[in-house]
Amino acid sequence: MREIIHLSRRSFLKNGMSVGGGLILGFYLVPWGSLGGASNPLGASFMPNAFIRIGTDDIITIIVNKSEMGQGVYTSLPMLVAEELEVDWTKIQVEAAPVDSAYNHTQWGVQGTGGSTSVWSEWDRLRRAGATARMMLVKAAADIWKVDPANCRAEKGFVIQKTTGQRISYGKLVEKASQMKVPKDVPLKEPKEFKVIGKPKKRLDTPEKTNGKAIFGIDAKVPGMLTALVARSPVFGGKVKSYNAQKAKVIPGVKEVVQIDSGIAVIAESFWSANKGREALEIVWDEGPLATLSTSGMRGQYMNLAKTPGAVAKKTGNPESALSKAAKQLKVEYEVPYLAHACMEPLNCLVDLRTDHCEIWTGTQMQTMDRNAAARVAGLKPEQVKIHTTFLGGGFGRRANPQSDFVAEAVSVAKVVKKPVKVIWTREDDMKGGYYRPMWYDRISAGLDDQGNLIAWQHTIVGQSILSGTPFDPKGDVDPASVEGAKEIPYEIPNILVDLHSPKIGVPVQWWRSVGHSHTAFVVESFIDELANAADRDPFEFRRKLLGKHPRHKGVLEHAAQKAGWGKPLPKGHGRGIAVHESFGSFVAQVAEVSVNPTGEVRVHKVVCAIDCGRIVNPDTIKAQMESGIVFGLSAVLHGEITFRNGRVEQSNFNDYPLLRMNEMPVVEVYIVPSGEKSGGVGEPGVPPIAPAVCNAIFAVTGKRIRFLPIRSEDLKKG
Amino acid sequence: MISLEVNGEKYNFDVGPDTPLLWVLRETLGLTGTKYGCGMALCGACTVHVDGEAIRSCVTPVSSVNGKRITTIEGIGKTIEGKAIQEAWISDDVPQCGYCQSGQIMAAVALLKRNPKPTDLEIDGTMGEILCRCGTYQRVRRAIHRAAKKMAKGVKR
Repeated sequence: MREIIHLSRRSFLKNGMSVGGGLILGFYLVPWGSLGGASNPLGASFMPNAFIRIGTDDIITIIVNKSEMGQGVYTSLPMLVAEELEVDWTKIQVEAAPVDSAYNHTQWGVQGTGGSTSVWSEWDRLRRAGATARMMLVKAAADIWKVDPANCRAEKGFVIQKTTGQRISYGKLVEKASQMKVPKDVPLKEPKEFKVIGKPKKRLDTPEKTNGKAIFGIDAKVPGMLTALVARSPVFGGKVKSYNAQKAKVIPGVKEVVQIDSGIAVIAESFWSANKGREALEIVWDEGPLATLSTSGMRGQYMNLAKTPGAVAKKTGNPESALSKAAKQLKVEYEVPYLAHACMEPLNCLVDLRTDHCEIWTGTQMQTMDRNAAARVAGLKPEQVKIHTTFLGGGFGRRANPQSDFVAEAVSVAKVVKKPVKVIWTREDDMKGGYYRPMWYDRISAGLDDQGNLIAWQHTIVGQSILSGTPFDPKGDVDPASVEGAKEIPYEIPNILVDLHSPKIGVPVQWWRSVGHSHTAFVVESFIDELANAADRDPFEFRRKLLGKHPRHKGVLEHAAQKAGWGKPLPKGHGRGIAVHESFGSFVAQVAEVSVNPTGEVRVHKVVCAIDCGRIVNPDTIKAQMESGIVFGLSAVLHGEITFRNGRVEQSNFNDYPLLRMNEMPVVEVYIVPSGEKSGGVGEPGVPPIAPAVCNAIFAVTGKRIRFLPIRSEDLKKG
Repeated sequence: MISLEVNGEKYNFDVGPDTPLLWVLRETLGLTGTKYGCGMALCGACTVHVDGEAIRSCVTPVSSVNGKRITTIEGIGKTIEGKAIQEAWISDDVPQCGYCQSGQIMAAVALLKRNPKPTDLEIDGTMGEILCRCGTYQRVRRAIHRAAKKMAKGVKR
């Protein structure tokens, strides 16, 4: 996996080029997993741009600039290239891109993966990359045959002469194509011509994810590598006051114990030695100002804040006076907890730091920021730091840390140790390590007129700002991530106020799959259900009537309701709930079928999901991401909470932070609503509707309204 | 000195006797397909077979399996059930991030060895011990049925 190819980015971006003949250095590509490295990488190849390399062996390597964390980008992005390149799909290999501005996110200006943006943000660039390469290959063949390129076409990795049927494979054109000028005018296919885009494709990474060959960050290794575990403060913001490493240092295999900014690192020959060494440490912490932090204390503070006006995120009409004139008023509070990402692969980072360069192997979603942070800590220039992006054993936002926490810390350990070192976080470290989805408290009220029409809506949100202090900080009063999904409610309501308090608490918070929507969809879609009930209307019909100006919301709502048999009889004791939400440019409706047993345990039997995500690339990936989002959301609604006591996180592992298990898995049906609109995201939009759909179903079956997550069986127990 | 037979190969090595089998496989033998997820037998990512039985290697001291036959994800494809499961996994495109999948596959293979035609309930009973944060459960269930069917056909022949 350390095999490298040196290329000059500048030259390959300007012209096609041959790699065989020893060119200017400064840029390199790292073969990825077992798929990489096999394409004759050191032989001649044609690299028309940063995303495509064609070998003389006809292997097409697509260099993917997005991190594969399960969402399927190592398949969907190559599909965009393949559509225009006209290749044999079985000849495609994927490589993780190195860090380079050529691979920056088309919208963010840095390299990274998140926000359900990968497909739509690369939609034009990667198709153009494919078309450019194809045109150069066609021109090369035409030159060889001395015919007009218009007399040639490309198909499945061959250029074919239309009149004679003569054919030549891309691999045989490598040298010639490398001499062609990069065309400026690159026409792209019309959607009706698509052969790859929109058709189901098997994931390219499945085989190696079934035989143990896939390499995740935790699997990376270099010769002479040591393993480190770090003892971090039990309270966020705490510092080491004093420590005694005597007992740790005598544990066999322990090489060194060093203090770094975040705590005490135990460096050993193996994980187990490092773990035992860490257990033997004696540390006195200066716990700092958060030593008394508690969830109950925070709740009290949030409740009081919610009673006061916040920064206005949206105001339409005069909600206060409309509310006072309403025939019926509802005023309730909702609360959702801090949540951990709990990726199956705990955080880790391997660093090989030398005097003039640094190599890092890790599963990251934020390459540019991590590289820059590593350079800062190492005292190097960013271009002296190489990041090898491995597979990510889940990301969900955690591996896009705005402070590059797990990378910067590992570099700081390497800086002291002066040997290659892999910092591994145990499950407990990962669970207690912060950067949670914030806890949120909502006070929400609405009014209905005497006809049951919704005339006023007032929603106050309290919760820590996610974007504050990050490069995405808008620096205004209102953090858009805190009010997304609440500010742009699709329902027709003449008078609306949405306001926000962003208290500074000190608990590290971060984007967690679907970010603000993970909370706002629960509140808005549950409260709409409450209002439907108050107006004595069917919850589906109530929503439908208010969605006149939002056909895509309405479309998925109707689709899900119809497929779920909304209104049709159910087994005794079962109830249905519905919810619809727009996030990341996609529209998702879900109908959950639920039962609750006498002890208050909730069973989700079935979820019917309809998504309109605009133009689609790989329908099977979309279905998988909806299944995934539903499971992710169910873990939160049924089990998930991170709580604090005496400044400490109370949860530590999967015993006290349970995730959904297979015996709790509902049947999930996913329907993709056809659409010609711009592509939206699919990684996150499946998450937001599931909590309200489930809780609305619980209300349908028990008459009890869940306003406090996760669902607690004692709230639903009979009698 | 510890002796293990792993995926048909014999290994002799020195390591602290309380070292979990997981870390011996991953670090001493370099077989990184078996994953660390929790260290407490809560997630099943570390599942391997010891003399054909599925166990959680993260809580199994290596000294307790001295002299035994271990099969990991790297070797499971050589068994009939392992091959059927791997093929079914590919047919149903089960993995997402893939991190838990070694554990899923090792548990599924052990299930099929014990019970060649499991019902949904029996699948849930065994597979409920293996966590997947990406939510591949529905596909895991489907793929186990697919592998079971394929193996049943093989037997008829």
